[in-house]
Amino acid sequence: MEVMGTVTVLLFASLAERAGTRRLELPLEDGATVGRVRDRVVAQFPQLAPAVPTLMYALDEEYAREDAPVRPGSTLALIPPVSGG
Amino acid sequence: MLIRVTEAPISADEAAQAVASPAAGAINVFLGVVRNTNLGRAVSHLVYDAYPSMAEKEMRAIAEEAKARFGLEDCAILHRTGRLEIGETSLVVAVSCGHRRESYEAGLWVVNEVKKRVPVWKKEVWEDGEEWIEGPESLGMQQAPASMQR
Repeated sequence: MEVMGTVTVLLFASLAERAGTRRLELPLEDGATVGRVRDRVVAQFPQLAPAVPTLMYALDEEYAREDAPVRPGSTLALIPPVSGG
Repeated sequence: MLIRVTEAPISADEAAQAVASPAAGAINVFLGVVRNTNLGRAVSHLVYDAYPSMAEKEMRAIAEEAKARFGLEDCAILHRTGRLEIGETSLVVAVSCGHRRESYEAGLWVVNEVKKRVPVWKKEVWEDGEEWIEGPESLGMQQAPASMQR
């Protein structure tokens, strides 16, 4: 696949602790979607796999669906169930 | 509209003053505070993580929606992050409007929306361990298979 720029991935809370990082840069492939980038992150950090069923996603600070396209230079946040308040 | 995610202490007075309006007959202020037990376990303290820029965006969207939905004069939402001790204030919501009924309804609605969708997380720390809490009202838990919901 042709590589076209990068995506910044942000991890928080339990995900950041399990992965040992809060931020990573991944090369972006043609036709990348939120779900495909998520799959790449989980391949790199298999310890995140159990969290996937309850994950939400944000692209550039807006909630996004798994099939949303990811453009070069975007920031994708993996959002485990929130517990503010 | 006062909206802030901060590691510094947050104040009910500041929020109440921020929403003050000559047209308001009611100002309702809610404080979320750190409790010393949860689900039967003694809590030592909490640690809050956040995605601050997105959290403030979501809080602003909630405040705007609350103003339109309940006819508020103004709405303020403050969330603290970092380490919080028992009794400290983690969340302040203040709303101002004409009359008391909508002030209570709007205040509850805003707090519920914060718990649903604002990207903030709390870790409970106990004497013998710790755990990141997954909010039962969060969008993430609502979409989960029923077998995973608590």
